[in-house]
Amino acid sequence: MKKHWYDYLWIVELTYLILGFFNILFAWIGLFFFFIPLIIAIARGTKGYCNRYCGRGQVFGLLGGRFGLSRKKDIPKWMKSKAFRYGFLIWFFIMFFQMLWNTYLVFAGTQDLRQVVTLLWTFKLPWNWAYHGTLFHPGVAQFAFGFYSVMLTSTVLGLVTMVLFKPRSWCVYCPMGTMTQLICKAKNGNKPSM
Amino acid sequence: MEHVKKKRRRAVVNQKDCVACGCCVKVCPLSAIQVIKGVAAQVDESKCVGCGKCAKECPASVIEIREVEV
Ligand code: SF4
Ligand code: SF4
Ligand code: SF4
Repeated sequence: MKKHWYDYLWIVELTYLILGFFNILFAWIGLFFFFIPLIIAIARGTKGYCNRYCGRGQVFGLLGGRFGLSRKKDIPKWMKSKAFRYGFLIWFFIMFFQMLWNTYLVFAGTQDLRQVVTLLWTFKLPWNWAYHGTLFHPGVAQFAFGFYSVMLTSTVLGLVTMVLFKPRSWCVYCPMGTMTQLICKAKNGNKPSM
Repeated sequence: MEHVKKKRRRAVVNQKDCVACGCCVKVCPLSAIQVIKGVAAQVDESKCVGCGKCAKECPASVIEIREVEV
């Protein structure tokens, strides 16, 4: 199969994660990974982002496939059920809005900047080496810490299910994937037809 | 009457549970499977040879290789 330029977008994804390790403000770039899938789904009614451009899916595909870091077992039935997928999407949204709220509080001056990356919504990792103070308001940094937490959490979950099940198991319950599929269903109807 | 039955293997997608990720599309050597409108994958029966590559790759394991009579 012919390789396309977009088959190398896993490099972008890895670069993103590494940059955020050194300077948290790079986390803002992640907004592209958030808006591009939605724009494609809304404007074109396809999952073009998942199907072609998603670097995160490619990372799991490479590590689990080429590097063999996956048991390649079937994902449990409940994990691909609509209840779990939609439930996880809602959970992700709630956590996302909580993150936005924290950012707002820092902007409003009622809360101090917390230089931590929160993993799996629970574990607070110190991350102060990645913030050196800037020209921007601390709220800008708070959003970056929050957004990077979301990205790192989904990477960790994706890696775990990659090892346990098939390489790209994350794609079964990925909130972006679920959301874009829902948008496509709303636009095109439930039954696909050529 | 004598019936000559030919059996062929084909991929069948359980579209209800397909997440439309497109992992199957990437590995099909014959471009016989496509994600339609971001909703679910669909197999082009005239192209599919039932090699099973897509089924192996599918993270949701919703592709089955079936023997069909042609
Ligand atoms: S489901 Fe998520 S991780 Fe998988 S290709 Fe789509 S956006 Fe990327
Ligand atoms: S079984 Fe083989 S030929 Fe048929 S759709 Fe799957 S990968 Fe393509
Ligand atoms: S790999 Fe499986 S879940 Fe993904 S589009 Fe193909 S059939 Fe659907």
